[in-house]
Amino acid sequence: MSQPIELRAAPHQHSGRSVPVIMRNVVYSMLPICAFSVWQYGLSALALLLTVTAACLLTERLLNRASAQPNTLNDWSAAITGILLALTLPPAFPLWMGVVSGFVAIAIGKALFGGLGYNVFNPALVGRAFVQAAFPVAITTWVPAFATQRFSELVPSTLTAPLMMPPDVTAWIKQQSVDAFTGATPLARWKFENVAVSANDLLSGAATASTGETSAILILLCGLYLAARKFMDWRIPVAVLASAAATAWLFQLYDPAHYPSPLFVLLSGGLVLGAVFMATDMATSPVTPLGVWIYGAVIGVVTMMIRYFGGLTEGVMYAILLGNALTPFIDQFTQPRVFGAQKDEKP
Amino acid sequence: MSLPEQADDSITLDTFLEGVWRQNPVFVMVLGMCPTLAVTVSAINALSMGVATTFVLVSSCLLISMIRNLVPKEVRIATYIVIIATFVTLVDYLIQAVSLKLYEALGAFIQLIVVNCIILGRAEAHASKHPPLKSVINALGMGVGFTIGLFALGGTREILGAGNLFGISLFGEHFQPWVVMVLPPGGFFVLGGWLLLFALLRSKPATEGGH
Amino acid sequence: MSAPEQSQTPASKMILTMGVVACVCGVLIVGAFQSTQEAIAENKRIVLERAVFKVLPGAATVRKYAATPAGIQPLTGDAVPEGGVKFYAAYDQSGGLKGIAAEAAGKGYADTVRVLYGYEAKCQCIVGISVVSMRETPGIGDKIITDQAFLKNFEALDVRVNPEMTALANAVKTVKHGSKSNAWQIDAIAGATVTSKAVGRGINDSAQALLPKLVAHIGELQP
Repeated sequence: MSQPIELRAAPHQHSGRSVPVIMRNVVYSMLPICAFSVWQYGLSALALLLTVTAACLLTERLLNRASAQPNTLNDWSAAITGILLALTLPPAFPLWMGVVSGFVAIAIGKALFGGLGYNVFNPALVGRAFVQAAFPVAITTWVPAFATQRFSELVPSTLTAPLMMPPDVTAWIKQQSVDAFTGATPLARWKFENVAVSANDLLSGAATASTGETSAILILLCGLYLAARKFMDWRIPVAVLASAAATAWLFQLYDPAHYPSPLFVLLSGGLVLGAVFMATDMATSPVTPLGVWIYGAVIGVVTMMIRYFGGLTEGVMYAILLGNALTPFIDQFTQPRVFGAQKDEKP
Repeated sequence: MSLPEQADDSITLDTFLEGVWRQNPVFVMVLGMCPTLAVTVSAINALSMGVATTFVLVSSCLLISMIRNLVPKEVRIATYIVIIATFVTLVDYLIQAVSLKLYEALGAFIQLIVVNCIILGRAEAHASKHPPLKSVINALGMGVGFTIGLFALGGTREILGAGNLFGISLFGEHFQPWVVMVLPPGGFFVLGGWLLLFALLRSKPATEGGH
Repeated sequence: MSAPEQSQTPASKMILTMGVVACVCGVLIVGAFQSTQEAIAENKRIVLERAVFKVLPGAATVRKYAATPAGIQPLTGDAVPEGGVKFYAAYDQSGGLKGIAAEAAGKGYADTVRVLYGYEAKCQCIVGISVVSMRETPGIGDKIITDQAFLKNFEALDVRVNPEMTALANAVKTVKHGSKSNAWQIDAIAGATVTSKAVGRGINDSAQALLPKLVAHIGELQP
């Protein structure tokens, strides 16, 4: 109440930027990626996208009502969480597990902290981390892209009855005329079989991956749109990708026979998707200019450490969650000096 | 320091219910979290741990209450710990004699009952100030409350994590286990869920709400 | 500091109280130990026999031994002599030596995977394993208990000792799924490579330590 109010003479102009406007534009920018993934994986990917997003919206609405909060559906943030979450899940992920992850994302990842802006962690990644721990087999069961019957039938595992184990999909995959489907992601093939998938295969969208991971160029273009319209801090994805590439480059310099090229590192797994759409979540990333660079670099390096030395094949998710957890500290230690203040002034 | 501590020795329903509901060690006081989170991967483990703790709790409180006027207060904590440790050792042997499988499942947490703060807390706050019968009833209530708490966690985690309750399959062989529930993080998730539920239940009568 | 209101408890009373309490507790503990000792020993024997019979079907009795560089000696307690390796000798109904069981441990994905394996002198091979304890991811790592193709590796796993009696002729090795070509190799479970390797490494370590000391003296185990 006692804040000084700065008075300026008219005319005033509204910048036109508000939470719903930014969020709506993020959703628009993700639509091409969704369309590409539906083209790749067909009906199953479409069903997954719709179901997970609906689960997120429904959870948000129910929890708003239960906690007597105003309806926050129209700020579009729950929709972003839903779409992002679906893009990080395998395309033939059972829908009921998708609903579980959507519920966890909104309920535990966001509502328990107090809603949008108070959440410490990116809600979509909280949801994914939960199902990764709960259903480790289903979340590493992949189906090939461009299967012949992808627009006419669902993958059998998509419609698994709630609480039940998804059926084996190898028979279904055999029916599709897809050549040389390995069932392992490029990262897993590098880690366990020492095979580096070529950049061509990674870019064509045919590599084994989560629903929205393979379209690296498309994701970067969408990110460019957001950055150009200043709806996203361009420094975060640049810092993440640059630090990951630099780490990969150093390791390759040290042992070229074992460690893959920086290009493979950037294009495989969910690094680009995570860097552009998840690390940049405004509520969970730092605000200071220096802090943003540190945050991005931490995510890039930690991702590479998990990929190279961890038990998991992909580390983007945990790296971003760790970056989220560090955000308040990064912000605190990188406060810019107030103009005119003495350097060593302590109150 | 105006009045000498005049303990109320009358036994009421609340003497028992205090530990079950009003001061439930798991859901309200959030005490003894070490075994609560660690051994509740299945209903039977949770129940056994609860019964073992209740046995130690009731017998130590009985003994401590009986000798409460003989023990000089300077050495009371040491005396209590010796008594509690004795009963824990008894339980340790008993469980080994009954089932080695259970003993291995509960692991070090049987010995760690010694440092369960519910027990020393009851001894210090209740048994040392009240006659044996009242202490035993109160300790039994606490034990039952603790067992209920452990069972609530263990049951939930076994149902979601394995699709079983007491080893009996509930959903058929195609059930998809929620692996996270039998891992340590699952303990925290389920405990959080139960704490939330209990907080809701306890706040309802105050607001006279309800459906 | 003059004349405290409560009189000081005399030291003798404190010592006496604690002494009496300690005595009573001591009696209780020793009493409980004495009365449960037999039941516990019996329980331990049953658990051990059940585990050994599982990896050496047809066995009827089990005896504990330790193999040391100097030879084989029977074990009474749980203490193993310096440089020795504990193993179990299993005998069939008629008293003939059925086989040897020993424990192996390897670092898995989450924690140490401990297995018991059965060894038969006739074929100089491992004829069965059973998991003693592990904390691998359910649904992935715990396939080492259920996966029939994996368990088939241990129906005749070659662990012959080299002629110099210093080590195994061929080290037991876990290989990538589908690439087993020798009798001393273990075909890993697809998707559970880390756990499969833990089992292989554990068995190799244990067999390397035990069998060279044991094979020369195995005749002594025959009754």
